[in-house]
Amino acid sequence: MLEIQKVSLEIEGKSGVEILKDIDLKFLDKKIYVITGPNGGGKSSLAKIIMGIYNPTSGKILLDGQDVTTMNITERARLGIGYAFQNPPRFKGIKVKELLKMAASFNPEKVNICDLLFNVGLCAQDYLERDVDASLSGGEMKRIEIATVLARNLKLAVFDEPEAGIDLWSFQKLAETFRNIHAAYDTTIVIISHQERIMELADEIILMSNGMISAQSERDIILAGILNNDACECSTKCEKGVGQNVECAG
Amino acid sequence: MLSALDKLMLEKVADLHEIPQGAFNIRRNGEGVQRNTTANIDIVTKKDKSGIDVIVKPYTKGESVHIPVIVTQDNINDVVYNTFEIGEYADVLVVAGCGIHNSGTHTSQHDGIHNFFVRKGAKLKYVEKHYGQGEGQGQRILNPKTIIDAEEGSVVELELIQIKGIDRTIRDTEIRLMGNAKLVVTERLLTYKDQEAESNITVELLGADSSAQIISRSVAQDNSKQEFNFDLVGRNKGRGHIQCDAIIMHNAQVHSTPKISAYHSEAQLVHEAAIGRIESEQLIKLMSMGFSEKEAEDTILSGFLK
Repeated sequence: MLEIQKVSLEIEGKSGVEILKDIDLKFLDKKIYVITGPNGGGKSSLAKIIMGIYNPTSGKILLDGQDVTTMNITERARLGIGYAFQNPPRFKGIKVKELLKMAASFNPEKVNICDLLFNVGLCAQDYLERDVDASLSGGEMKRIEIATVLARNLKLAVFDEPEAGIDLWSFQKLAETFRNIHAAYDTTIVIISHQERIMELADEIILMSNGMISAQSERDIILAGILNNDACECSTKCEKGVGQNVECAG
Repeated sequence: MLSALDKLMLEKVADLHEIPQGAFNIRRNGEGVQRNTTANIDIVTKKDKSGIDVIVKPYTKGESVHIPVIVTQDNINDVVYNTFEIGEYADVLVVAGCGIHNSGTHTSQHDGIHNFFVRKGAKLKYVEKHYGQGEGQGQRILNPKTIIDAEEGSVVELELIQIKGIDRTIRDTEIRLMGNAKLVVTERLLTYKDQEAESNITVELLGADSSAQIISRSVAQDNSKQEFNFDLVGRNKGRGHIQCDAIIMHNAQVHSTPKISAYHSEAQLVHEAAIGRIESEQLIKLMSMGFSEKEAEDTILSGFLK
């Protein structure tokens, strides 16, 4: 279980400008959580705090009761926390195959690299030997990024907007993939997403805005709330989304 | 005949574990020590100056020539002139390379001047590796000069690699491409401590539809200095692309001078040059997979220089 206790994050050097305010959350074992809410609401910052990329200004983070607040990224990774980037970095001279092997190197179970690619909808034959560089499209990068997280045996995996840039790939497949890792490793999964199809996977949905948790509940309750909230008058022109009502106002 | 040290140096510069197959010429401390020729590849000692002529018969396929140079003494200044004649429609691999082991207090220097004539339709892959070691104070200096004339329809691939242990290097490369000739140059360079490296590459697209691609990647660490001067000259219809990418660390300096010159309206030339540190996102990604910061850095650099 991952526990976030009264975590706040201020912009470096600007005290008083808070990105996260007093967040309290518990991610229970083997559950799927979706964090949603408007852009700039603090979702990605929270994900980065969990991975250790950002250090909280105050508050505590506990993994299975162990205080990991001051642990760096490597230490947290080795304890079983994983993170799929929203904008995955590219590597000149490193092949897809090599990156996935590196990702799997801490997994005690034997991982089949080709299966990993298949699970994210890529044909292994076409990708294994390619470099993880600018020659890959944004969507391909996102899928490979997800595969690097699938390669690991994790207690908790955080996916930052996994659906972005992979519109053509059926959400069905993505959803299936999340269910599969969940089943294979009992991984607790936290997904940051704006997509209703992804939210349908969740045991619980957490709604974040202005650096705070504005609602947290079982999927159906929140989903119903979100859908009802979708009463903006221009529904034919406006993407159904959360907290984007401002954009519809005109 | 070859000592353990000689063999280690051969392995470093030519990936040779044993005496190579095919044609070879091993030069040690300014003297030829071993040579082999084949029915298709001849190696002849020059009469007017120090060096060899390597003659590959037309239509020779799939053969290789290894011409490693090892310097295991200090106070050596070895200058060598090698000429390569790659016959029409031949397809060969030439592996040169220089390893210096200097345990002394004086400089060890090797300047190799290589002249290639790649005849019509021939394919040449030329690999040049430089490696230095030794605990002495003496500097290890390599100044190679490579001149290549690539005739019509020929394909030339160059791999220039200096990863370790060379204190000073000035590398001059001049290439002239005739019609339909194709060139790919890959350069990999790592400098550290107080090392200095300069690479000057000039490629002239002389014939119609010739093409050139130069991909240079380097890493500059500690107090080392690197300078790149690449010039791509389009004198005819053709394409050229220079990609010059450097990772800078510590107190190092990198100077990259881009130059493309066109003398023909259908010359298409591109130069890209970038210098930057390792992206923090790359480090974070590998660390989030369980790598330490040092492991992540090493992985990124070795991939980049591969």
